[in-house]
Amino acid sequence: MITAVIKPFKLDDVREALTEVGIEGMTVTEVKGFGRQKGHAEVYRGAEYTISFLPKVKIDIAVDDAAVEKVVEAIQQSANTGKIGDGKIFVQELTGAVRIRTGESGNEAL
Amino acid sequence: MKKFIKPTFVAVTLAAMGVIAIGKAQAAVDTETAFVLNSFSFLVHGVLVMLMAAGFAMLESGLVRSKNTATICLKNIALYSIAGLMYYIIGYSLMYTDVNKGWIGAFEFLYNPATAELALLNAADAGKAAANEALLKDSTYSSMSDWFFQMVFVATAASIVSGTLAERIKTWPFMIFVVILTGVIYPIQGSWVWGAGWLSEMGFSDFAGSTLVHSTGGWAALAGAIVLGARKGKFGPNGQVNPMPGANLPLATLGTFILWFGWFGFNGGSQLALGSAADASAIAIVYVNTNLAAAAGVVVAMIMTQLMFKKMDLTLCLNGAIGGLVAITAGPDLQQHAYAIVIGGIGGALVVIAVPLIDKLKIDDVVGAISAHLVCGIWGTLAVGIFGSGQIVTQFIGIVSIGAFVFITSLIVWSILKVTVGIRVDEEAEMDGLDTSELGMEAYPEFGRGS
Repeated sequence: MITAVIKPFKLDDVREALTEVGIEGMTVTEVKGFGRQKGHAEVYRGAEYTISFLPKVKIDIAVDDAAVEKVVEAIQQSANTGKIGDGKIFVQELTGAVRIRTGESGNEAL
Repeated sequence: MKKFIKPTFVAVTLAAMGVIAIGKAQAAVDTETAFVLNSFSFLVHGVLVMLMAAGFAMLESGLVRSKNTATICLKNIALYSIAGLMYYIIGYSLMYTDVNKGWIGAFEFLYNPATAELALLNAADAGKAAANEALLKDSTYSSMSDWFFQMVFVATAASIVSGTLAERIKTWPFMIFVVILTGVIYPIQGSWVWGAGWLSEMGFSDFAGSTLVHSTGGWAALAGAIVLGARKGKFGPNGQVNPMPGANLPLATLGTFILWFGWFGFNGGSQLALGSAADASAIAIVYVNTNLAAAAGVVVAMIMTQLMFKKMDLTLCLNGAIGGLVAITAGPDLQQHAYAIVIGGIGGALVVIAVPLIDKLKIDDVVGAISAHLVCGIWGTLAVGIFGSGQIVTQFIGIVSIGAFVFITSLIVWSILKVTVGIRVDEEAEMDGLDTSELGMEAYPEFGRGS
């Protein structure tokens, strides 16, 4: 299971790169958070305030173990701008998967 | 009717044929045509001002957080309705009937059409001509067209209060205040000037109501904000101001455009007549000044927010438009259009300065109505003494006396409401949003990015 938190405007690039390496499905969520980029200050009607959580996009992709390396690489390459706040990729074990329509499970369900 | 239309028709035809020399100064329209045009001006300009109620509703909906949207919409349509009823029941007579240079009009209930108009409407065919003549001898417009035009003004004053007190006030006590504001407070101060009371006798000049409508709404809002207190979390313990950004800035922008649009009725209609070439020219001048002032208010607000905060602030630019409009409202009949740019531009600047300043005073004005309507209303009224026909001292006396009257009476009413029924929702209701606690409904009830 690969979870990536990326800059929202990079979503299309990442999707394209993942399609190229053969990924056929993903789940996308709008999220907010902070990392080393921290927040930033804004002024609203003359009063300064800190935006402490920045908007990001989270992608969840379930893949076969054999594909993990190339998928992680594709995300890392396509979501990279070289600037702070590009996000992170997390990889964890997935214990099972079922396709609801057919009832297939395991790699068949992906 | 025919009898009265005919001479005009003949005159026009003859003029077109070149039989009558048009050089003769002021070939005035006949009295019936003037009556029709004057009444038409009141009604159509009144309808434009009526739309300003929608403008306020949208501006306020955009500047509150989404959990208070349905409540602010309800308050806006409710206050417009209450204002119209109260002004019919007692307000208009209190403002216009038998003021006689004094400080209050007559306590007469239910304002209805003039006797001469009813006589004309109900006359038998044989008596129509005489009834028509009798009506036109004494009046130059229909009585209810004037009532309608004045009614939408009182509604505007009430709208101003609603925005300032948003997101924490209980709905019913607010409505009680609106009853008193539109039925009593507004008409009394209005009688001093537009009802030919003591201030107009002194020479105080307020063309369309920078003081009478906008500052009055602003003073009532200020009194309410002081008695009600700030929203929870708006001001931190160390004096910091915590912004609570509005939910929908396109809506706030649309609301501002609607207000701007309606303002042509507000100021243009305040010429109070359209029955002559002079009136038509004057109204056109008013339209142009109104537009120039609003435009200058926006541009100055853009420049000032860029310089002061390093980025332009859309909401303050919207307030800048309104500041410019309020500022020109006391004297939109200026014949030098360039002055309108100066007056409106200063209005825009005052808004940008006043909004953070009022925050510093820990007065929580959700939509900036005190800055735009009260501060710019005072400026616009003084500007008539500087650029226009008024005397600055008289203008000052008018501002102070109306300000003191409205502020003190409002303060008393708000305080009475506070100790009797209470004016503030409890803390939990405020956190949940007034839509759930006051109405039990949400403006955007669907799952997802809703309230």
